[in-house]
Amino acid sequence: MALNRTVVGAHYGVRGWLVQRLSAVVMGVTMLFFLLALLAARPGDYTAWKGLFSQGWVRVAALLFFLSLFSHAWVGMRDILMDYVKPTGVRLGLQLAVILALVAGAVWATSIVWRA
Amino acid sequence: MTDIAVKKKRPVWFNLNLLNLPLAARVSILHRVSGALLFVLAFWLLYLLDGSLASAERYDSVRQIVAHPFAKLVLLVVLWAFLHHFFAGIRYLLLDLHVGIQREKAKSTSIAVFVVSLALTVLLGGWLLWR
Repeated sequence: MALNRTVVGAHYGVRGWLVQRLSAVVMGVTMLFFLLALLAARPGDYTAWKGLFSQGWVRVAALLFFLSLFSHAWVGMRDILMDYVKPTGVRLGLQLAVILALVAGAVWATSIVWRA
Repeated sequence: MTDIAVKKKRPVWFNLNLLNLPLAARVSILHRVSGALLFVLAFWLLYLLDGSLASAERYDSVRQIVAHPFAKLVLLVVLWAFLHHFFAGIRYLLLDLHVGIQREKAKSTSIAVFVVSLALTVLLGGWLLWR
């Protein structure tokens, strides 16, 4: 019997692949700007350090950075768990733990950036 | 018949020796290791950032924390993990764009990732942490 199968799927893989690369580029660009701001300001004490983060564009860049970081970390950790953790229950448990940690981290990072 | 007999006698060679991995494969596995390390240590870094922006007192205590020799060692690991992940990541983005996919190029960019990330770890680590 001949089997002519068309490969179909939900394209989760492609989406993750794209998220990983786009977030990497966003992080690279925001870090470059932050590094330049850091070298320009050279904050040596609390007031200067806090002043750096109270600028509007730094907040927006930091927020973009952290949201990219946590989505990037999700794709990476998911890939690692899919490759090395084979028992379904353990894998799902670990994936859930990673998701919870990342969501908590994203909320925490947002509150840090917005309060500063 | 004879084919099957020959096949059955073939030794199965499971080479688990990491030393035989090609350079590009070592960049790859260390990309994973450094990524996982950064995931774990990101929460500690977030804690430090939180403290450094909370108040002048907590800013001072964060400075004391990162001045501790053990914290410096952890920060050096963070620095290496970041630099390796960063430069290996740029290499993968370029490979996705079909830049440097030839065997020789891929090998030389693997060497470049190791050289640049390790050199910058030593230089930046020395300058930022043990100045």
